[in-house]
Amino acid sequence: MLEDLFKVVTTRFNGNEKTDKKAPAGNHIPKDLLYKCPRCRNVIFEEEYLAVNKVCPNCNYHGRLTAQERISLTADKGSFVEFDADMLSCNPIGFPDYDIKQMKLREQTGLKDAVITGEATIKGSPVVMGVMDSRYLMASMGSVVGEKLTRAFERATKEKLPVVLFTASGGARMQEGIISLMQMAKTSGAVAKHSEAGLLYITVLTDPTTGGVTASFASLGDIIIAEPKALVGFAGRRVIEDTIKQRLPDDFQLAEFLMEKGFADMIVERKKMRSVLSHLLKLHGYMPEKKD
Amino acid sequence: MNEKTAWERLQIIRDKDRPTVNDYIPLIFDEFYEMHGDRHFGDDAAIMGGIGRLEGMPVTIIAEVKGRNLDENKKTNFAMPHPEGYRKALRLAKQAEKFHRPVICFIDTPGAFCGIGAEERGQGEAIAENLLEFMRLKTPVVSVVLGEGGSGGALALGVCDRLGMLENAIYSVISPRGAASILWKDAGKEHEACDMLKITAEDLVNFGVAEAIIEEPNGNAKNDLDKIAENIKEFLSDTLIENCKKDIDVLLEERYTKFRKIGDFIEP
Ligand SMILES: [Zn+2]
Repeated sequence: MLEDLFKVVTTRFNGNEKTDKKAPAGNHIPKDLLYKCPRCRNVIFEEEYLAVNKVCPNCNYHGRLTAQERISLTADKGSFVEFDADMLSCNPIGFPDYDIKQMKLREQTGLKDAVITGEATIKGSPVVMGVMDSRYLMASMGSVVGEKLTRAFERATKEKLPVVLFTASGGARMQEGIISLMQMAKTSGAVAKHSEAGLLYITVLTDPTTGGVTASFASLGDIIIAEPKALVGFAGRRVIEDTIKQRLPDDFQLAEFLMEKGFADMIVERKKMRSVLSHLLKLHGYMPEKKD
Repeated sequence: MNEKTAWERLQIIRDKDRPTVNDYIPLIFDEFYEMHGDRHFGDDAAIMGGIGRLEGMPVTIIAEVKGRNLDENKKTNFAMPHPEGYRKALRLAKQAEKFHRPVICFIDTPGAFCGIGAEERGQGEAIAENLLEFMRLKTPVVSVVLGEGGSGGALALGVCDRLGMLENAIYSVISPRGAASILWKDAGKEHEACDMLKITAEDLVNFGVAEAIIEEPNGNAKNDLDKIAENIKEFLSDTLIENCKKDIDVLLEERYTKFRKIGDFIEP
């Protein structure tokens, strides 16, 4: 629902769109593919940006990863086993073009919806993991996101496992109407049961985490970690600016702001994330599984 | 019940003469003592809370407050709560749990307030905390949407055992105006969005989100204040009589299941 989040950050820095259209369709990566940082506007080669796991070398903004990229950076190699991989959402309110839009997105991204959940190990410690992917309808939460996350928490509760969630979202999914809103209550209920069982839940807030996801499971971690310069908030920036009729400071709602206001425990850089998660898991007694 | 469109109902609930919770409280409850503040930051007049009696039974009442005129609306911020409002609600709900009083929530908000202070003080965290804590609150909770049920700002008082909606009330994930501006880049298409979103009481009963529709006298609450107050009171008493008899663990499991089963997906 936050249309101002739909920023095209990858751009062909050519100055002449027409050349692009005439360019022969090759399967090599064009040399002119550049990445412009949405925080500092610094421009680097896409290749270079990918090599540093999508972290801006100029301002340290931690860019958006795909769910697959996140899983490979976090979980032990080959350890991730996906849950509920085939679940698909319906169109409960008959929202115009929702089905077509999803079909296109499934093709483009290889995802079935905006979250991937599963079981994995992080430096040997077993976890239930969830990763949201902002390429899919801004990782908004509808029935599938709500159901998959709820099942992930229920499974973790049953198997006495910790949960690590990487959040990113534009909020509740408008296209599924009131059913999306109810996923906020449903997921929060599952978090409550997991918590009552004395189990650890770590939230990692990534860019951007907003709306109904901030107002439900993303804010309910025992430990809340944020990535540098990730946008995290309830209301969209433009909505607030329209209300107060003034421009907001650039750092408003960024991870650093969040920590200053007391809503995040720590800001952790991507290159240290796996190690920090592993230590936190071990501090809570989730030790590497012994292999026989 | 007559067949009004969602848009027609929206006009009815936006009518400046629509009764608000302040009109209902003296007619529904025998006594009412208002309680103030979240004990951390301040007192948010957008959410009113207190203790009263319903048919002789002590209850905690929590309500989003629409003003009846501009002055009142300035005070209650047009019923758009800040985090401290939601935290006051939670404080009073926990107090109710301690003293084994049922909680009655009245929902009537365009949404949680969007502003600098609200973000600084954790609007998202405040709502999230309410969802989690109301889900496991060890006392019966019943909610009623009086007019506007605006998104997360409404849901923060909507995690309950049973949800009633006034006949013309709406409950939506996004305001029709917001939907129109995202969908068609034109907030002026509010009317179309409103009729598309499936936000009426009947829709919500069909989706399993609401359990009851509370009839408005001759199709509009303002036609007969005594009658509509009586209808709300009847819904509240019936629900609480039934739910207070239940073992609390059973009630909590039913509350979890009510939300747990909402979702529309397939697994081919
Ligand atoms: Zn940068």
